[in-house]
Amino acid sequence: MAEEQVIERPESERVIAPGYTFGTVTDQISAVVMTRHTPVFWIASFVIAFMLLQGLLASAVLLFAKGTGIWGIRTPVMWGFAITNFVWWIGIGHAGTLISAILLLLNQSWRNSINRFAEAMTLFAVACAGLFPLLHMGRPWLFYYMLPYPNTMNVEPNFRSPLVWDVFAVTTYATVSLLFWFVGLIPDLGTLRDRAKNLISKYTYGILAMGWRGSARHWSIYETASLLLAGIATPLVLSVHTVVSFDFTVAIVPGWHSTFFPPYFVAGAIYSGFAMVLALAIPLRAAYGLQGLITNRHLENSAKIMLATGLIVAYAYIMETFTAWYSGSVYEQQAFWNRMTGPYSFQYWFLITCNVVAPNMLWFKKFRSSPLLLFISSIVVLVGMWLERFMIIVTSLAQDFVPSSWSLFHATRWDWATYWGTIGFFLVLFFLFIRALPMISIFEVRTLLPQAKVREEVRG
Amino acid sequence: MSSERGTYGVMAEFEDPTSLVNAAHAAYQMGFRKLDAYTPFPIEELSDVLHLHKNKLPLIVLGGGLVGGLTGYLMQYFVSVIYFPINVAGRPLHSWPSYIIITFELTILFAAIATVMGLLGLCGLPMPYHPVFNVPRFSAASRDRFFLCIEATDPMFNLQTTSRFLESMEAKEVSEVAN
Repeated sequence: MAEEQVIERPESERVIAPGYTFGTVTDQISAVVMTRHTPVFWIASFVIAFMLLQGLLASAVLLFAKGTGIWGIRTPVMWGFAITNFVWWIGIGHAGTLISAILLLLNQSWRNSINRFAEAMTLFAVACAGLFPLLHMGRPWLFYYMLPYPNTMNVEPNFRSPLVWDVFAVTTYATVSLLFWFVGLIPDLGTLRDRAKNLISKYTYGILAMGWRGSARHWSIYETASLLLAGIATPLVLSVHTVVSFDFTVAIVPGWHSTFFPPYFVAGAIYSGFAMVLALAIPLRAAYGLQGLITNRHLENSAKIMLATGLIVAYAYIMETFTAWYSGSVYEQQAFWNRMTGPYSFQYWFLITCNVVAPNMLWFKKFRSSPLLLFISSIVVLVGMWLERFMIIVTSLAQDFVPSSWSLFHATRWDWATYWGTIGFFLVLFFLFIRALPMISIFEVRTLLPQAKVREEVRG
Repeated sequence: MSSERGTYGVMAEFEDPTSLVNAAHAAYQMGFRKLDAYTPFPIEELSDVLHLHKNKLPLIVLGGGLVGGLTGYLMQYFVSVIYFPINVAGRPLHSWPSYIIITFELTILFAAIATVMGLLGLCGLPMPYHPVFNVPRFSAASRDRFFLCIEATDPMFNLQTTSRFLESMEAKEVSEVAN
């Protein structure tokens, strides 16, 4: 006896362009993968990304040979670019989980056509983020010292340290993101298996699909699993950047030791993550002609979330400064005064321009409905959020309590090569993903079609 | 049981979800229980008519989460209090507030792994062979067609009458599924 469902399903028309059928949706999305023809856009982007990746490999080799001195990290700024990039990358990942988990729980069906590649973005961003603490150790082959396991050295990690919390938070985040992404892929892998022409792809997709056959019994369990995973991933995504912010707030460094860092970091993470979603979606849909599936409405909604989180971030900047002034602590006041007027004032005001001033253009519908302007503003936000992390880390460390120990940070070419190298790494993984796997969730887009609705007269 | 030994069941193909749900509803009302539908996307109403809403997955996930939380907390307690006690600025060894984060993270990790393992286990995946794939048209089940299969193990199954019943349900095509 199923109880009558009172809540109407939300209207799902206008999410994607009219005129699609189950067949054309399937064909259009899988055509990107199921073809021998690789578009010039893909090859060109991949080549550029691959060249950037070589920068990462070269700097990693030099780093292992010579040590972390090849970077600009000197006392007192020992965190420099490595931790800036770590926080930046992991923040970018957050939008993917927000789209796939939180928007699923909130029944926002428009997410269906952007969640797949946003989740892939999460996965690859976390991979890039994870590289930085490892490289920053200088001896990455000793990373297992961070894990608690019975060992002959008779030492164990200190569970009171936020850096150990970070290890657990980031590895959990990477694992759960991978599982969530893979579970979402299973039905589409089945579709690709059934459509594959040559033997190798048939077997590859066949093995990955694990014999998925779209059975109603399986779908019912699958839907439960998706909801549960979303429910699990929601607190996780909020916790990950919270734990990252603990790396700062638990320390007593002026400019870090503040209770509102967790929400401030999470908002900033989603802000930069949606910027990355837009920066990827806009060129992709143009290159592959997917404007019917990733519509202007998707871009506009993402822009609105960007605006909302951007305003939270702006509020955080104001509160941070106010708290520093109101605290009466000369060190806190000095830290913020130095940010605004000291040696890093150019970066500070550039960051305010990128993160606080520029996004206000998103208030205007005209601006939001232009993909080109949205693309530019997403790049501006990505730059701004990177600068924010740079400001927090470098200015606070460079000028803390005792002026005699103050010293500025100067990035070397290897700092830049490592940073741009991870952008290459990210893009290489991303372009391999869009070539080999459906970048839009085929089965979830099918549910958006008007034909997918079962007509009322049968319910009885 | 008049089924032939080489028959898995009878499968009907439908062109839209409404006729599939109608047919599944009728078959269930007639008393068929060993039946399954195959669709390119999840259909809520199908779970209603086939009475598929209950499954054990939430319990498995709860179990995974509890095991994860206990593992996380006890591991930290064991390491910090018993195995490797260090005095950090006079703080108590059992400083539970600082254990919360790793306890939480491991709860999430174990629960997520339990969800995926539970999903695969309850669905019986990976499954390298299944008879429904013997139907040539079945590859459309992952594209734009909807299938209903009444299995030969059902006590009411009879190749002729069951096929005729499915044909009467505005099916596009009805075929026998070889085992």
